[in-house]
Amino acid sequence: MTDDTTKTTHPVLIFWVIAGWVGFCLLPWYMVDGGLWSFEWLLDGYPFDEDYAPAAFLIGQGEKLWLAPLLIALLLPLSVLRRAKSDPLYARILILSGALGFGWLIAQGFSIGIRGYNFDWLESVFGELGDRQFGMGYGAMICASSFLFLLTQGVAARGAINGDVFVVSAIGGVITIVTAFVFFPIAKMLFAAFVTEDGAYSIAVFFSKFFDDRLWGLGCFWGARCGAAWNSLFLAILVGFITTALGLCFALVVTRSGFRYKRALRALTVLPIITPPFVIGLALILLFGLSGSVTQFFAELFGTQPTRWLYGMPGVLIAQTLAFTPIAFLVLIGVVEGVSPSMEEAAQTLRANRWQTFKTVSLPLMRPGLANAFLLGFIESMADFGNPLVLGGNFDVLSTEIFFAIVGAQYDQGRAAVLAMVLLFFTLSAFYAQRAWLGKKSYTTVTGKGDAGVHPLMPTGLSIPVLTVALGWAVFTIVVYAMIVYGSVVELWGVNNSLTFKHYVTAFSVRFEAEGIRWTGAAWDSFWTTITIAAIAAPLTAAVGLVTAYLLTRQSFAGKDAFEFGTMLSFAIPGTVIGVSYILAFNVPPIEITGTGVILVVSFIFRNMPVGVRAGIASMSQLDRSLDESSLTLGANSWQTFRRIILPLLRPAILAALVYSFVRAMTAISAVIFLVSAEYDMATSYIIGRVENNDYGLAIAYSTTLIFVMLSVVALMQLIVGRTKIGRRMTQSRTNV
Amino acid sequence: MSLQSKAAPVRFESVTKMFGKDVVAVDNINLHVEAGKLVTLLGPSGCGKTTTLRMIAGLEMATSGKITIGDRDVTKLPATDRDVSMVFQSYALFPHMSVLENVMYGLTFSGFAKDEARSRALDGLELVGLKGFDGRLPSELSGGQQQRVAVARALVLEPQVLLFDEPLSNLDAKLRRQVREDIRAIQQDLGLTVVYVTHDQEEALAVSDEIVVMRNAAIAQIGTPRQLYDAPNDRFVADFIGEANLLACQIISVEGDMATIEIEGYRHTLSSRDMPQGPATVAIRPSRLVIGAEQGIAATVAKATYVGVRMEYTLTGAFGQVFAVHDDVDAPLEPGAEIRMGFAEKGPVLLPE
Repeated sequence: MTDDTTKTTHPVLIFWVIAGWVGFCLLPWYMVDGGLWSFEWLLDGYPFDEDYAPAAFLIGQGEKLWLAPLLIALLLPLSVLRRAKSDPLYARILILSGALGFGWLIAQGFSIGIRGYNFDWLESVFGELGDRQFGMGYGAMICASSFLFLLTQGVAARGAINGDVFVVSAIGGVITIVTAFVFFPIAKMLFAAFVTEDGAYSIAVFFSKFFDDRLWGLGCFWGARCGAAWNSLFLAILVGFITTALGLCFALVVTRSGFRYKRALRALTVLPIITPPFVIGLALILLFGLSGSVTQFFAELFGTQPTRWLYGMPGVLIAQTLAFTPIAFLVLIGVVEGVSPSMEEAAQTLRANRWQTFKTVSLPLMRPGLANAFLLGFIESMADFGNPLVLGGNFDVLSTEIFFAIVGAQYDQGRAAVLAMVLLFFTLSAFYAQRAWLGKKSYTTVTGKGDAGVHPLMPTGLSIPVLTVALGWAVFTIVVYAMIVYGSVVELWGVNNSLTFKHYVTAFSVRFEAEGIRWTGAAWDSFWTTITIAAIAAPLTAAVGLVTAYLLTRQSFAGKDAFEFGTMLSFAIPGTVIGVSYILAFNVPPIEITGTGVILVVSFIFRNMPVGVRAGIASMSQLDRSLDESSLTLGANSWQTFRRIILPLLRPAILAALVYSFVRAMTAISAVIFLVSAEYDMATSYIIGRVENNDYGLAIAYSTTLIFVMLSVVALMQLIVGRTKIGRRMTQSRTNV
Repeated sequence: MSLQSKAAPVRFESVTKMFGKDVVAVDNINLHVEAGKLVTLLGPSGCGKTTTLRMIAGLEMATSGKITIGDRDVTKLPATDRDVSMVFQSYALFPHMSVLENVMYGLTFSGFAKDEARSRALDGLELVGLKGFDGRLPSELSGGQQQRVAVARALVLEPQVLLFDEPLSNLDAKLRRQVREDIRAIQQDLGLTVVYVTHDQEEALAVSDEIVVMRNAAIAQIGTPRQLYDAPNDRFVADFIGEANLLACQIISVEGDMATIEIEGYRHTLSSRDMPQGPATVAIRPSRLVIGAEQGIAATVAKATYVGVRMEYTLTGAFGQVFAVHDDVDAPLEPGAEIRMGFAEKGPVLLPE
């Protein structure tokens, strides 16, 4: 056994010291044109050209001299390479150099921008700079990571978390990226709300925008229009209640009724995962729009004039209910099944009849699930962008108002920021209220021990209405989805109903030529971009999510609660808010990634991270802690334990997280619509663009294709995960404590 | 057998462990485990015995005090860096690795070449009688076999201290005796230092060189099985180690180190344990009560139970109620029978109040 406290080689330390020097001396310090995947700079004047030069060459040529202090932070750790870890000097020097390097890097990044000094007081103290700098590139990023991990190694050496380098580094890494990509943009957005047109800060600006009548007006009570905030709030509460009620109906039918086609009902849960949310809106237009089939049918039957009733609150409500009911179902089915049958059986042996059992035991135990489903419906509705855009008409909601504030003719960042703050306030309040309400009581009924017994059936008086509602809604959902497929092969809906593949040809035609396949269809560009971006984001999302879940379930450290809150926070931040805050935060140095593919990848990682964290926590709590502990007592360190014990056992969860984040990245729209650029257009924003041009045929054909692509991805995953389980006998071999 | 022992002593000096601010799990204990000995931590659930074990392993860190293994201070050292291995109650076999991979797991982190690790792992499996099982998955073994894999996995590291956390609690009653004897045999053959946690007093008596009885986060008594059984320090230990009948008595005279006690006119002489004249408590094991003695205390048979190898009686009288066993199963006493009850020559012991 090697003695860790006295050995004097530190491979991890050496790695990060070398990384720091490589970042400083070899890689281009600033962001190069053409994004991270372009390597033109290698042939174009590197390493002496100012745009491509590494920091060392810049300083050597007498430019960007403010980078020079970083050299001190890079030199310091060299002096402790041969020292023992227990030497107090080792820890002190690493902390010093890490903090100095990281701090200086950030300070200079924020102080010096495209127009020289960013702050007036710097200019008044040091005079005109006469130089400028762009966003951080490879070199700066790697240097920053190097300093960060030097710092965490120093902190670990001082004895934090039992001196565990891996855990301290993981915590440091997660905190840094969450701060950079969640808290920093949100903070930046909050400041933007106070900025006047000439760039000064003013409270008055905020108040004038905040108390705008278009936001808080109550005109709808006397025939005028209500403010967007009230509209959003009212809609979200309604959607939350209806989806929770419908979801509960479905869950009860599946778990507590003799209904024969339960499996088919379960399949409904897949729908929200694979459907871009606004697609439902499109299908509703085909059914109930001015030239929709149902509208036309009734107009002829009663000889009335078809109306535009769908556009506005009713249409958005129906579309969101259709889109988000399966999500509530997904949440509630777990909860309803989780109520331990022995509780219900106990109630029955205590002479409660079926109705009393349901009312006094089953339903109260489902409360946390109901709260969770409501919260999800509420937040999804608040954040939904596609359906209000397609169906909203004169019914303004916050998410679309934000979009028009940024993209429309008004271009008012401050207004967008204020609207986003209101939206964020609503979702965070709901998030907080749910936590406060659930925090008081423990509802855990699953003990981990196998619970024999079966769930009793619903009382008859309940089962008939529940079954009717669930089946009615299921049929409606199926009709809507059938319309999507059918609509994609109709020439021009309501005008020329002949069948055609025209839309598919326009979108996805290919030509075979001598030099290979040419993707001539209009949709291919955005399609490949979407697949690429989603494929890059998926593994990163899963990795960040799992590491975070590991820290939350398996480690204890000071500030863990705050850490958990911070990582789960982005779950309550609507996509539109993320979108706005990202363009506000990342179109100027030090992190300048607006208009690149990177910003899309980053937004997906942090939008979907809570999903990965939750999946990771759920499956890690299935693994008995004694597995890790025995690995530790056998001499493996925490990184080796994570890699060799936890990761292999979590393989199905990892796969699920991968596929889920991939699919979510393909269907996302709310944040994406702000972040796409001509070069990096995504499928969903392309489709929305077609809808705005009234090109429904193409939009629906494209949506149908996306649905089928994702359906096959999900099916493939089901197949693989199913196999994994059988092959390794996962379920049986879990320790039975 | 190529397995060696690097057995080392373990020492606790005023060790305290707090969970949060006000839960004291282990309260200022001092403990010395000699090298090559098997020491059992025994006590009811929640007494701090498992926390004590986990502090030796490095899975919990002491809040204050000092822990040494051999002559090295390990108080602040995490589990990875201690030369200790542990057999878990749940075995904690890695379900995605074969038996051999499980046993090799620790060896690969100890700087052994792959071949060497493999042959040591195979030796270990042979030692626990699982030769030929190396290719199986843990899920393909019975509970007893899984248990032995867990032991092999801990043994092959030749740790300074080997820890067992209630290793038998997931086995059925018959297998327990067998595995218990195996563990003891391996421990004595290899001369290992073993710390063993259990709440089963019979198991503790059977395997230990020394037993540490714990109560409410503190040590109640340390001693060999014989000392604890025959001379418990107090009521708690007397009652916890084997069953004991506690009877109020009067010490009527003390001569040298012998005392004479009296209960309802019945007199008995036993070691005084430095107690003065006056009221006292005597502890007496069920098997040391003589039923139907010529001289004795008047008692009535309240219950009589036949358990195969012996009879079990509940006796009542002016002294209260006692539990007694008797080897004569052929002529059992009937409930309601009036008898006289005496004490065996050896066995009864005075307890300090």
